[in-house]
Amino acid sequence: MAAKRPRTQMSEQDAHKRVTNFLEVALGYTLEEAKLEATRCIDCKNPRCVTECPVGVDIPRFIKQLEAEDLDGAFDTIYNDNILPAICGRVCPQESQCEGACILGIKGEPVSIGALERFIGDHGMNNNLADITVPEEKPQRVAVVGSGPAGLANAASLRKKGYKVTVFEALHAYGGVLNYGIPDFRLPKDIVKKEIENLKEMGVKFVKNAIIGKSITIEQLKEDGYEAIFIGSGAGLPSGLGIPGENYNGVYFANEFLTRVNLMRSRNFPQAATPVKLGDTVAVVGGGNVAMDAARTAKRIGAKRVIVIYRRDEASLPARLDEIHHAKQEGIEFNLLHNPVEIYGKDYEVTAVKCEKMKLGEPDSSGRRRPLPTGEFETFDINAIIISIGQKPNPIIKQNTMDLDTHDWGGIKVDETLKTSLEGVYAGGDAVTGAATVILAMGAGKDAAKHMHDFLQTNR
Amino acid sequence: MYKITEKKVLNKDIDFMTIDAPLVAKNAKPGHFIILRVDEDGERIPLTIADIKGDQVDIIYQKMGYSTQLLGTKEKGDTISDFVGPLGQAAHIKDKKHVVGVAGGVGAAPILPQLRAYKEQGTKVTLILGARNKDYLILKDTFESLCDKVIYTTDDGSYGEKGLVTAPLEDILKTDDTIDHVIAIGPVIMMKFVAKMATAHKRSVDVSLNPIMIDGTGMCGNCRVEIGGKTYFACIDGPDFPGEAVDYDGLMKRQNYYKDKEHECYMRLDNHGS
Ligand SMILES: Cc1cc2nc3c(=O)[nH]c(=O)nc-3n(C[C@H](O)[C@H](O)[C@H](O)COP(=O)(O)OP(=O)(O)OC[C@H]3O[C@@H](n4cnc5c(N)ncnc54)[C@H](O)[C@@H]3O)c2cc1C
Ligand SMILES: Cc1cc2nc3c(=O)[nH]c(=O)nc-3n(C[C@H](O)[C@H](O)[C@H](O)COP(=O)(O)OP(=O)(O)OC[C@H]3O[C@@H](n4cnc5c(N)ncnc54)[C@H](O)[C@@H]3O)c2cc1C
Ligand code: SF4
Ligand code: SF4
Ligand code: FES
Repeated sequence: MAAKRPRTQMSEQDAHKRVTNFLEVALGYTLEEAKLEATRCIDCKNPRCVTECPVGVDIPRFIKQLEAEDLDGAFDTIYNDNILPAICGRVCPQESQCEGACILGIKGEPVSIGALERFIGDHGMNNNLADITVPEEKPQRVAVVGSGPAGLANAASLRKKGYKVTVFEALHAYGGVLNYGIPDFRLPKDIVKKEIENLKEMGVKFVKNAIIGKSITIEQLKEDGYEAIFIGSGAGLPSGLGIPGENYNGVYFANEFLTRVNLMRSRNFPQAATPVKLGDTVAVVGGGNVAMDAARTAKRIGAKRVIVIYRRDEASLPARLDEIHHAKQEGIEFNLLHNPVEIYGKDYEVTAVKCEKMKLGEPDSSGRRRPLPTGEFETFDINAIIISIGQKPNPIIKQNTMDLDTHDWGGIKVDETLKTSLEGVYAGGDAVTGAATVILAMGAGKDAAKHMHDFLQTNR
Repeated sequence: MYKITEKKVLNKDIDFMTIDAPLVAKNAKPGHFIILRVDEDGERIPLTIADIKGDQVDIIYQKMGYSTQLLGTKEKGDTISDFVGPLGQAAHIKDKKHVVGVAGGVGAAPILPQLRAYKEQGTKVTLILGARNKDYLILKDTFESLCDKVIYTTDDGSYGEKGLVTAPLEDILKTDDTIDHVIAIGPVIMMKFVAKMATAHKRSVDVSLNPIMIDGTGMCGNCRVEIGGKTYFACIDGPDFPGEAVDYDGLMKRQNYYKDKEHECYMRLDNHGS
C-alpha cells in the first residue's frame, strides 16, 4: 500500500556547501515527487490532520487535487484557509500540528503535509494565483498595527471585505519576524516580499517608520477616522538570562544578532553599513527555533565552532525537528542539560561561559521533565554568546494607550472575539499570546477580521 | 523618502539639518530622539530631536564616523531613506528652582529642548558649554537668549575658560545654593565626571545615554545600559536617566565594540567621494 512507503524525501543543499551561503536549505519537491507523496494520503473520512491544523486547512482535499494534478484547485483549497501557504509550508511546526496527528504516523511516517503545502504555495506564487480582486469598496477605514503574519492576515481579510486598510509598521521593512527574524536559508525573503506585493496590489496601504503609540497614538488613529483597529505588534522584547556578565560586548540577544544579519544585511558588510562581530567560537543559549536560527546563522557568517546550550534534554527541544536535524548536519554542537550561570569577560568582552550541569526531575507544568541543578559545572571558552530564550510583547503600545488592559507579563487582554478593552480595537498574534507561531498569528489576524467586520457592520 | 528642507554647516564637524517628517513631528517632545537611515544600505542611527516647527524636525549631528559623514554629504533638497520617531521617553522636566545644564560638544543639541522646557516652566537655567575650541561652540546665540547665564570652556582656551566643564561646575556648585539639579549631555566620559561631581555636592543629576541602537523600539536589546546593577534598554526606558549609578565604563566599551569595523566602512566612504 502506498501509505506504508516511507516519506518522499525532499532534496537539500549539501551541508558543507550550504554553511557558506544563505540560500534555502530544503529545495522543495518536483511535481513527480509531490504527486508520489500525495498518493500516500489515504483521504481519511474524519481527517485528524485537519483538526490539528490551527486554521483547519482541508488537507486531504488539497492533497487529492494535487495527486490529480489540479494544482490550481489545490492552491484555492489551501488559500481558502491560509493566505500564506508558501510560508507556512516552510515554517509551521508540522510535527506538533497537522503531521503530528496524521493517521499514518501511528504505525509509520505521516504524510509530508508541510512539504506538499509548500509545493502548492510555490506553484500559486509562481503563477500569481492568489485572488487579489476586491469587492466593491466600502467607505470605512481600518488601521492595522504591525506587518507580521497577524497584521498581514488581518489586512488581507478586511480588504477582501472591501474596507480601506492601512498597515502601520514601526521598522523600515515589512513582514515582522518573517523579515527580520527567520533567516533566508529557511524562508527566502523574496517570498515575504511577494506576499506583501500581493496585498499592495489588492489596495492595502502600507506605511513604514510609523510606530503606533509614538508617531501616532491609538487615540489619534481613531480621531483620524479609522473605525476599527487591529494590533498585531508581536512579541519583540527579548528576555535576558539575568546572570552576571550579560552586558559584556559579544553578548547578543538573538533579536539583535538576527536583526543585524537579516534586516540590516550585515552579512554584506561593508556594502551594507551595519557590522556584526562574532569570532571563532560562539555559544547559543536556548533550544527553540530562534536558537537554531541564531546558531546556523552564526555558522554561515564564519564562526568555526557553534555550541548550543540548553537546560533540558533533546526530547524537550522546542524547535522544529527539521531545524534540529539540519543544525546537526551543519556541525552545530549540542550541550544539553547545561544551564548558563555566569558569563566571564576580560576588558568588558566575553571570554567564557560557565554552565551548571542539569539532570531531569519530575514533569513540570509544561509536561516536560523539569531540569534540576547538580552542583557540577562546566566552562566553555567562547568569543560571543547569543541569548535566545524568549521574547515578551513589546511595551510601547501599552505605555502609550490609556485603558488598554494587559496581563502582568505584557500580553494584551482580549475577549473571545479578540476585542481588547477598547471599543473597536482588536488584537492578535504574539502580542496577545506571547511568542508562538506564524500560523497561530495568521489565524488570529483572520479571526479578528471576522469580528471586526461584524463590529463595522453594526456600527454603521 | 524624507526630504531635507534645510541644511547649515555649523562648523567643520557639526551640521544642522531640517527634515520634513510629519509623523515624527506630530507627538515629539523634549528628550525624544529619532532614528534615520541615509540610504537603502544604511545603518540606523539615533539623533536627538533638536526642535520641531510644524511638520519639520531639526537635527544637529556631529560627523563622527561613516553614517554621520554620509549624512553630511546630503544637501538641502536631497532625500534620505528613513526617519522614524519620536523615540524614547520624553525628558522628565522636574519641579526645580535652578538647573545647571552641562553640555559637551554636540551635546549642546540634545540639551537645548530640555533647557527650553525648564525655562518655560519658570526654572532658572545656567549652562556650561564646553568644546574643543571656539569653532566648536555651537548654538551660542540661542543659548545666550534662552539661559540666565552661559559659561564657556574650551580645551585650548580660545574662548571662555581654558579646560574642562567640570572646573566651573565645581565653582558654582560650591558657591550657589539655589542650584538644585544638574543635567549633563555630552561624551560619556564627561557625563561620568559631571555626575560624580554633582553627587559629591549633593545635587541630583540627569544624564542622556547614547549606546549603539538599531530599532529603537525595544526589540533588539543592543542599547542596554547597566544602572545600579540593573539592565535597562536606553531606547524605551531612556535615553535620560538619573546619573548617579550608571556604569559609564561599560557604556564606553559597548560604544566602541565595532570601532575596528568602522574602518572598513570608511574606505567605502572614500570611494563615494572619488
Ligand atoms: C528567529 C525566529 C524564528 C522563528 N521560527 C518560527 C518557525 O519556524 N515557525 C513558526 O511558526 N514560528 C516561528 N517563529 C515565531 C513566529 O515568527 C511568530 O510567532 C510570528 O511572527 C508572530 O507574528 P505576529 O504578526 O504576531 O508578530 P511579528 O511577526 O513579531 O510582527 C509584529 C510587527 O509589528 C511591528 N510593530 C511592533 N510594535 C509596533 C508599533 N507600536 N507600531 C507599529 N508596528 C509595530 C514589528 O516591528 C513587527 O514588524 C520564529 C520567531 C523568531 C523570532
Ligand atoms: C538617544 C541618542 C541620541 C543621540 N543624539 C545625538 C545628536 O543629537 N547629535 C549627534 O551628533 N549624535 C547623537 N547621538 C550619537 C549618534 O547616534 C552617533 O554619533 C552616531 O550613531 C555615530 O554614527 P557614525 O556611523 O557616524 O559613527 P560611528 O563610526 O558608528 O561612531 C564613531 C564613533 O562614535 C562612537 N559611537 C558609536 N555609536 C555611538 C553612539 N550611539 N553614541 C555616541 N558615540 C557613538 C564610537 O566610539 C565610534 O568609534 C545620539 C545617540 C543616541 C543613542
Ligand atoms: S497551515 Fe501549517 S499546520 Fe496547517 S496544514 Fe499547513 S503546514 Fe500544517
Ligand atoms: S490524517 Fe494523514 S492520511 Fe489522513 S487525511 Fe490527513 S494527511 Fe491524509
Ligand atoms: S535599540 Fe533595539 S532595543 Fe533599544
